[in-house]
Formats: sequence, structure tokens, C-alpha cells
Amino acid sequence: MNWAGLYTVLSGVNRHSTAIGRIWLSVIFIFRIMVLVVAAESVWGDEKAAFTCNTQQPGCNSVCYDHFFPISHIRLWALQLILVTTPALLVAMHVAYQQHQEKKLLVLTGHGDPKHMEEVKKHKMRISGSLWWTYVCSVVFRLLFEAVFMYIFYMLYPGYQMLRLVKCEAYPCPNIVDCFISRPTEKTIFTVFMLVTSSVCIVLNMAELVYLVVRACARRGQHNSNPSSGKSSFYGHKLSSEYKQNEINQLLTEQDGSLKDMLRRNPGLQEKGDRCSAC
Amino acid sequence: MDWGALHTILGGVNKHSTSIGKIWLTVLFIFRIMILVVAAERVWGDEQDDFICNTLQPGCKNVCYDHFFPISHIRLWALQLIFVSTPALLVAMHVAYRRHEKKRQFRKGDQKCEYKDIEEIRRQRFHIDGSLWWTYTSSIFFRLVFEAVFMYAFYFMYDGFRMPRLMKCSAWPCPNIVDCFVSRPTEKTVFTIFMIAVSSICILLNVAELCYLLAKFFLRRSKKAGNQKQHPNHENKEETKQNEMNELISDSCQNTVIGFTS
Repeated sequence: MNWAGLYTVLSGVNRHSTAIGRIWLSVIFIFRIMVLVVAAESVWGDEKAAFTCNTQQPGCNSVCYDHFFPISHIRLWALQLILVTTPALLVAMHVAYQQHQEKKLLVLTGHGDPKHMEEVKKHKMRISGSLWWTYVCSVVFRLLFEAVFMYIFYMLYPGYQMLRLVKCEAYPCPNIVDCFISRPTEKTIFTVFMLVTSSVCIVLNMAELVYLVVRACARRGQHNSNPSSGKSSFYGHKLSSEYKQNEINQLLTEQDGSLKDMLRRNPGLQEKGDRCSAC
Repeated sequence: MDWGALHTILGGVNKHSTSIGKIWLTVLFIFRIMILVVAAERVWGDEQDDFICNTLQPGCKNVCYDHFFPISHIRLWALQLIFVSTPALLVAMHVAYRRHEKKRQFRKGDQKCEYKDIEEIRRQRFHIDGSLWWTYTSSIFFRLVFEAVFMYAFYFMYDGFRMPRLMKCSAWPCPNIVDCFVSRPTEKTVFTIFMIAVSSICILLNVAELCYLLAKFFLRRSKKAGNQKQHPNHENKEETKQNEMNELISDSCQNTVIGFTS
């Protein structure tokens, strides 16, 4: 399991994201993960080997390095990228659950053949209903993780700048010892670059959140002005065909759009006897 | 996520590029990215370890290396290649959006006669016209800008494209002036010149592609204007005929009036 594996996992989520979500995912993979792998890792590769202190006291080098670099930038970025990309898996799980429900419904209405099952897997889910809440939560978590890691970076490495020289007096170093960091300017450049891309991702996430909220409010406004024929009631005799129809209706109202679209597109799917009242 | 993944992503864009665009992509992947990965990275691999200064002063080597190499060539090239290849994704996104719209229309039933099924839409190659032309042209423009900016950054940071053998350093804590020796300077100069040459070829290809797109655009426009002149509408012909008749009638009326008044 490496970055390529993560890319495979998250590419599947891409299909059910908004346009901004897809741009965000591209920025994450190209400008952050790829830059980390092809460039930044080689800059920090020799950070401990080339960390030199002006002393011959054994152990002083190690102790000073540990004091000034409790956790390396590279490892922090790797953790940040993993935590930031993982909330998208919540959405993936919810989509899988919804697809499972749709398959169940199709089997119930007598369309359980492989062709329709494949279509369930392939079609894009609309971000509405409970999926909307999951999606919004995932975006909020992403924002939270980004902000937390940016703060941690700031706390550990004030000013985001890498100094050339640090003065160390931890035991066993005698008095104060000058320690020199390897490639400080290059490290500062990459730190600033990763910071900028992190900010871009934060802005994209906020834009996506605003877009989702506005879309939901607009849809709600439309619903209020055109009240639907109402949810099918679940009353009625528990005769077999009516009971079956009611169950179908309930499942359809829960699905909110995606399956209705599919059935609407293929009117031949509906059998003569069944009238899909929620379509 | 590495150069291979980038190749996969950009390979899809290749289908909707012009011929010059396809050549550019090939040059990028074979003569720049591949050379970077298989050759240049080895040359610069020991750049800090073998950077030797004529002093025993601890820290002097680190400081001098940092002073002369604020950012290594390899990292600059990696960033340049990432930035230069990314505008193509704008085109990929636009194509995906167009495809999505066509699929939507197909589902509604508007384009049933044009496409047999949805698979055909997926496989279709779009012509570079309309808004896609603008996206494509913008992407080429951005590529050019990034290439130029990075070439300038190289020139500015390293005072030309040559790697000297010896550098004199007097940054603290080095005592006085200290001689520092760069590892493999000639090999590095050779690769730097090679990468600059290929970068220039890519710039030329981009300029050629831009000219080609502009020429095609103007040609198409002039063809449309020419077609309109040669084959005016039937309605226009009738209108001009009517206008002529009206003019004749109004002329004859005026003459009659003048005749009356005189």
C-alpha cells in the first residue's frame, strides 16, 4: 500500500464528487503528493546525516537533532495528506450502501438481472438526502484536518522558515553548540510551496461547502414552490400487491432521484401491472 | 504517485490534442522526464555528500552548499515538469464536461440519431472548436509562461547554465575565504545544457501549436464569411427585390408629385 494504492482507492470516489471536489483531488495528487514523492523526499533525505554540530562530543549531534526536529516535515506532510484524503472514504462507503439498497429494490421489482445490476454500479449518484450530509461532513473534516496540521507546523517550526544555524545546549553537549542544518533554503522553499497548496486546498474545500449549501437551499426553495404529490402513505390493506407497491414506494422515496432517473430512462423496465407512483 | 501516474493521466489528454501537441507530449516524456529519472537524478545524487570545502570548520560545508545551491537543479526540473504538464488537465476537464453534457442529452433523447449508444460518446474524439478552442489555447499559453519562468529562474539562480568546478565561500562560520569543490561539474553542465535545449524545443513546439490553432481559427472564420457571401439566403434575395421595387415606386411617386406641383 503506497501513494499509488491511495490514488486507486480515491479515484473511485471521484465519480460521485462535485466538480470542485474533482479539482481538489487533482490538486492534492499532482501538487502535493507528487511533489512530495518526486522532490521533497530527496531534499529531506539526508537531514540527519548532514546535520552537523560544532563539537566532537558523542551523542550531542543526535540529541540536538531530536530536540529541534521532534517530527520531520516529510512525515508530517505524509500524515496530513493521508488524514485529509481519508474522509472521502466516508462518501465512498455511503455510496456503496446506497447502491446496495438500489440493487435490493431492483430485485424486489423483478429486475435483478446482471444488466441492471451493472447499471446500478455505473451510474453516478446524486448528492442529495443523507448522502449530502455525509458529503458535507467529509468536507468539514477535511477542512479541520488541514487547519490542524497547518497549526501544528506553525507551532513546531515557527514562521515556516528553516534556519541555517541552531544553537543547542541539551545534555551531553558542552555549553552552547552551533548546529548547522542541511539545505535550509531548499527546505524553506518547499515548505512555503506545500503551505501555499494547502491553502489552495482549504479555499477549494470552503468553496465546495458553500456550493453544496447553496444548492441544497435552492432545491429546498424549488420543493416549497412546487409541492410534490406527497410521500406515499404506508396505510392500506396488507394485500400482497398493495403491500408490495407500498414497500417499493417507501424505498423509492428514500432513494431520492438516482433510481427514479434510471427507471424513468428505461420505461420498459416497469412492468404493466406496477405503477411507480413515486417516479 | 510518481511520473508513471502522471503519464497515465496525461495519456488520456493525448487523444484530443493536435499533432503538434502529441509530439510535444512525447518530447516531454521521453526527452525530459525519462532523462531526469534515469540519468540526471544519479548525477545529482551525491551533490551534497561530495561537495567538499577546504576547511575542518564544522558547518562551513553546509552553509556554503546552501549559499550556492538554494534549490537543486533536479528539484527545479521536477517542479518545472509538473507545472508545464498540468495545463493539459484543463483540456481534459473540459473534454470530460462536454462528454458529460452529451451523455445527458443522449439520455434525454436529443441525440439518439447521432450516437448509437453511450459507449460511442465515451470513445468519441472532440474537435477543437468553440469553448474547447479557448481552453486549449489558454493551456498552451500557460505552458509557455511556465517554461519561460523556469528558464529565467535557472538563469537567474545559477548565473548562466554552467556549473563551475570551484566556488569561493566566505559565509559564517567559514573562516575567511574557503575553496569549495563541486562534484561532477562537467557532467552536470552537459545535462543542464541538454535539458535547456529540450526545454527550448518544447517552447518552439508550443509556439508552433499556438500559431497553428490561430491560423486554423482564422481560416475557418474566413471560410464561413465566404460561404455567406456566395450563398445568400433565399429570403434575403426576395427582400432585396422587394426593396428595389419599393424604391422604384417611391421614385415614380415623387416624379408624379413634382409633375403635379409644376
